[in-house]
Amino acid sequence: MKADVSSSGPPLVELKGISKRYGDLLANDGIDLSIEPGEIHALLGENGAGKSTLVKILYGVIEPSAGEIRWEGRPVAIGSPVEARALGLGMVFQHFSLFDELTVAENIAVALSGEWNLATVRGKLGEISRTYGLALDADRAVWTLSAGERQRIEIVRCLLQNPRLLILDEPTSVLTPQEAEHLFATLDKLSADGCSILYISHKLEEVRRLCRRATILRAGRVVGTIDPRASTAREIAALMVGSEVGEIRTDAPHVPHGEILRVDHLDMPPAGLHGQALKDVNLVVRAGEVVGIAGVAGNGQSELFAALSGERLAERADAITIAGRACGTTGIDARRRLAAAFVPEERLGHAAAPTHRLSENTLISHAATEVSRSGFILLSAAKRLARTIIKSFDVRTPEGDPQARKLSGGNLQKFVIGREIIRKPKLLVVDQPTWGVDAGAARLIRQALVDLARDGSAVVVVSQDLDELFEVADQMAVIHQGSLSPLKPIGEWTKEAVGLEMLGVAQAQGGAHAV
Amino acid sequence: MTTFEAILLTIVTASTPLLIAALGELVTERSGVLNLGVEGMMAMGAACSFAAAVTFDSTLIGVMAGMMAGALMAALFALVVLGFAANQVGSGLALTIFGLGLSGLIGAPFVGARRDPVPPVDIPGLSDIPFIGRLFFEQDLFVYSSVALTILIALYLTRTRSGLTLRSIGENHTSANALGLPVLRVRFVAILFGGACAGLAGAYLALVYTRFWSPGMTAGRGWIALALVVFAAWRPGWLLIGAYIFGAATVLQLHAQAAQFGVPSQVLSAVPYLATILALLLLSLRHGRAVGAPGSLGAPFVPDR
Repeated sequence: MKADVSSSGPPLVELKGISKRYGDLLANDGIDLSIEPGEIHALLGENGAGKSTLVKILYGVIEPSAGEIRWEGRPVAIGSPVEARALGLGMVFQHFSLFDELTVAENIAVALSGEWNLATVRGKLGEISRTYGLALDADRAVWTLSAGERQRIEIVRCLLQNPRLLILDEPTSVLTPQEAEHLFATLDKLSADGCSILYISHKLEEVRRLCRRATILRAGRVVGTIDPRASTAREIAALMVGSEVGEIRTDAPHVPHGEILRVDHLDMPPAGLHGQALKDVNLVVRAGEVVGIAGVAGNGQSELFAALSGERLAERADAITIAGRACGTTGIDARRRLAAAFVPEERLGHAAAPTHRLSENTLISHAATEVSRSGFILLSAAKRLARTIIKSFDVRTPEGDPQARKLSGGNLQKFVIGREIIRKPKLLVVDQPTWGVDAGAARLIRQALVDLARDGSAVVVVSQDLDELFEVADQMAVIHQGSLSPLKPIGEWTKEAVGLEMLGVAQAQGGAHAV
Repeated sequence: MTTFEAILLTIVTASTPLLIAALGELVTERSGVLNLGVEGMMAMGAACSFAAAVTFDSTLIGVMAGMMAGALMAALFALVVLGFAANQVGSGLALTIFGLGLSGLIGAPFVGARRDPVPPVDIPGLSDIPFIGRLFFEQDLFVYSSVALTILIALYLTRTRSGLTLRSIGENHTSANALGLPVLRVRFVAILFGGACAGLAGAYLALVYTRFWSPGMTAGRGWIALALVVFAAWRPGWLLIGAYIFGAATVLQLHAQAAQFGVPSQVLSAVPYLATILALLLLSLRHGRAVGAPGSLGAPFVPDR
């Protein structure tokens, strides 16, 4: 069970019987975990397994209901992040705890304890940047930076405190493969310098690359501590999910036919302050195929989705053609009448109204078609429809017709995707279909998308999860700074090639060749 | 003193209370709290300062009482929005209504009383400069303090550690909490500061500007102060400019009405508002990237522990 860890003396940190209760929900249930000095220890688990709760307890953000934390063998009470930092803990959050309007130096300074002024902060920032290869410009405002750069700020902020233990929560979820590799190199160096690392992830490959010990959580409990290099991906996944995860069936051959969606030289200005303009986007999607759009967050995905769905209108009608009709300048309902369907990224507040019941939420996309007549809502039809969706897509609900906000992320996502698929659309555009969804729901959703295409619809999946795209897509393109790469069959893409496109390197090289 | 000089002097007195109240609100809002109760806190400041000044025959005690009253009102607001995480818009509106009512009750026995003018403090040497000397260096202490306060707040926000903490908390209270910054404590102090400033502005109205008390004498100045904060894009320097433009336009349109240009008086009354919007709009356009509100402005903060 225990993997080889070369150290004597007590572990750096030891958690014993940590529990955290929220009402009826036991988020953490008697968790034991120990981390040796200089070790990179993985904490693995599905979304909702209790990983984030556990590290928040360790970092003093929330209080455990029961249990003990030992630091170098002696019991400690970590009452706040300030105390955690004083002890020698550093934390890189999944959702960065950065301040967009402040500069890099200010963002770092605000978390420092002890005496400082901005000049010394700049000096130290330069020093750390050089030692660990974390390039940063001290005077840039954070909102102008990429996700990778933002993460570097978080890491530098921690390193300035000389931490003994660095906690990283899903650090690669927003990075390109190259940025991730860069991060791993930094972590290896830190570990060699004696800093322990608690690495939280649900990506097996990374964990195998970095760690020799992994603790696996499921539903708030530790289900095993293993050496990830000595176990197969399938074994680890089975531990994480609790049952064997099936593969997506894509048995039916992929035979695309008639063109359903054509995007032709689409330009669009950015929506807001921090938006991204779309530049000359071209795309053709045919019936019977799944087209994947990969890219790092904030490269124009939401703008592309808004343009396709009609939430924002193009300047020319023929910039977007759906089922043979030029509809670039017509709104979302008109496009729905052409049998198109859309699922935006944000479940609560965009795809569904949080305080409305599921039956009422069917109106959001079905209003133009079957659940209203001459301006009146057909309540019984809406309820019937909601029941059908709940049944066909295995949506687990706390009651018959609950408010949307009462559903868990995975169940609500199954509902909103089911709501669109049940209309048998000719075109379905989905943004981040399985973001923050548990493995079971993700599998069901991906299968439904593939099945829809096999039944003759055109499906566009915008996603930051490359593994997902490789699983479901027949063809794929990469979006970078509002420009879309050419569409290529999925078999012709490698992860490296996608990574280069995500960074815009491939395009630059292509341009150089042309000259 | 020429008529022109007299007009300019009244511009300074008209602008000062707006500036003081708006500076307080600016600090409150930069910490992420929207307090719509400025009008009510100002009215309480005016009533309490006047009552105290008349009772004890002391302007100093009056000013202290005004600031205390504003801060007490703000503490009530803080209890509701920080302690109970209540809706800030609703609570702020309630504070204004409450303050206007209570100030009428407190001030009732003092209707008809008058105070002597507060003597100007002349800065030797500088006040002898022709024309601008009298305008800028022979004012009362409030005027000097308001300008000094603008500079101090600007320096505080950009140059000090505690100012950086306050801005961070206003920008993103979730992140600030995760980093261990004391969100509620900083906001509490910022709200109190905003209340004390509003109270001081009220005291200025009652003790310097009008030198008497009448119910509803704040006449919407609290709302103007709130609007100025937004128009000034939460920057103290722009606030100073905005307050003076508004003050100038208010005074000048009064003189224009008196001169009977043949323009309807309602149109002239609207001029200060239009001028302020226009000026601050031009300022923000010139600056390029529009400056947004503090990220957490108006959102209640509930720590999850």
